[in-house]
Amino acid sequence: MARPVNRLSPFNAVSLALGLAFLYLPIVILVIYSFNASRLVTVWGGWSLRWYSEFFHDRAMLEAALMSFRVAAVSATIATLLGTLAAVALSRGERFGGRTLFSGMLYAPLVMPEVITGLSLLLLFVALNAERGFWTVTIAHTTLTMCFVAVVVQSRLGSLDRSLEEAAMDLGCDPVRAFVAVTLPLIVPAIAAGWMLAFTLSLDDLVIASFTTGPGSATLPIRIYSEVRLGVKPEINAICTLVIALIAVVIVIASLVSKLTSARGESAAPL
Amino acid sequence: MSARGIFTRPARLSAIAPYLWMVAFFLVPFGFVLKISLSQTAIAQPPYTPAFDLTQGFGAFKAALAALSLDNFRLLVSDNLYILSYLRSLVVAAVSTSILLIIGYPIAYGMARLPRRWQGIAMMLVIVPFWTSFLIRIYAWINILQHDGLLNKVLLALHLVAAPVVWLSTDSAMYLGIVYSYLPFMILPLYAMLAKMEPALLEAASDLGASPRRAFWLVTFPLSLPGVGAGVLLCFIPIVGEFVIPDLLAGSNSLMIGQTLWLEFFTNKDWPVASAAAVVLLVLLVAPLVFYDRLQRRQLEGNG
Repeated sequence: MARPVNRLSPFNAVSLALGLAFLYLPIVILVIYSFNASRLVTVWGGWSLRWYSEFFHDRAMLEAALMSFRVAAVSATIATLLGTLAAVALSRGERFGGRTLFSGMLYAPLVMPEVITGLSLLLLFVALNAERGFWTVTIAHTTLTMCFVAVVVQSRLGSLDRSLEEAAMDLGCDPVRAFVAVTLPLIVPAIAAGWMLAFTLSLDDLVIASFTTGPGSATLPIRIYSEVRLGVKPEINAICTLVIALIAVVIVIASLVSKLTSARGESAAPL
Repeated sequence: MSARGIFTRPARLSAIAPYLWMVAFFLVPFGFVLKISLSQTAIAQPPYTPAFDLTQGFGAFKAALAALSLDNFRLLVSDNLYILSYLRSLVVAAVSTSILLIIGYPIAYGMARLPRRWQGIAMMLVIVPFWTSFLIRIYAWINILQHDGLLNKVLLALHLVAAPVVWLSTDSAMYLGIVYSYLPFMILPLYAMLAKMEPALLEAASDLGASPRRAFWLVTFPLSLPGVGAGVLLCFIPIVGEFVIPDLLAGSNSLMIGQTLWLEFFTNKDWPVASAAAVVLLVLLVAPLVFYDRLQRRQLEGNG
């Protein structure tokens, strides 16, 4: 009889545990220190919500946060629409002219250094004489995040059984109707996950936003970045903790949505 | 005509809007980068003399074409600053990608060996930090690494060091930050490959007398190579152009190309030179990008 070769060895368990500890420890420490009463970030002065109230009285920070939210919500919505269309075209459109260019344009931004994407969009906006601010950042973020949405939705579409669509069409549905009635409900979890991924990516982005925004409309990461360059401040810990909490809520909703809606099949991973 | 055939037409039509968007906001902007990299620097807003102005007719177009210059590129190759920062970017990316592979592989391997129902949870745990802001995660490390930060406190308490060690503004801090930030990008493709592996293959190897170690190198590792390739590219390409991590964690005496580009653009306001630097960076990354695109397409469309 074969030995159980596929078991978790102590080496596997230890590397997995160390890896996860490495990923989470810094974030846990950051969160704990955001509740520190002391002004010195490294001295523990007891629990306090002082830095949170500081943030809620910091007008510039709040405005930046609001700007980031608006950009993230609008760009994620447009990106989800365009990204889903792109995914449908790539996984159901078979061959069409310029397909290689199309998929290349969609996959390249996933790994393209952000300095290049940011610089090139800025030069476009300057050439068009567009006023830089909310809309330029939103367009830039849509361009980046729709590629992530396309990949998430496309991998879900690829794993679907196409005979369902074909059966619907054999039963007299036209293709659009077959898609709306059969395919769309099955990929809703992936679309929702795509929207949330786009939202958090936009909320996080520093480099592209720095290039494409104008004076007076800084996003939250831009404000945080300029503060961080000057050193560690407890208020920043509090803001970071709030952002982490928000993202945690988004992730929980994403996984609940994908559990609820894809009860019949394997659930779609958020990425 | 098959049902599949009818379906393709509306699907193709759905490409139109995203196609136009990507051409307008991804492809065309590269044209502008190229154009401005060939223009002269000027002290004006925007700070370059336009290389073409189509409203002036064909004569002006010809004049503008004659005015195009490779000066910015000449500057890039003649100035050590740029050559050094390109080299540094490539070295940093290569070293960190190797560290990532060495650390990421055992973690992905451990995940693939967990009982099925824990694998989903482990995958979630690896993905979650990817959703959390890069900037926040780097800031978390600044908290730990600063002069009187947690790391120095622990080291002092354990009497491992006599005086606080300078961690911030060093290359070690930068490598730590890069490895920390990109670890999920390395683990996920590796895990995807390893989880797909047939356990029967390893059983067969062991039945034929291979030791577990030999079975790993003869069976598991070769089969996971596509995942290794995806993970390496997914880390290497963006690290070459990384800006935030070296800017916040490394010292300022040697810059990566992303930082040089940023400096030229925001501090020196030399847009043509920044654009030329971007063009060169892009050229350096063309080969890995094309390779990555192939891999991605095979993975997403091959089984479609």
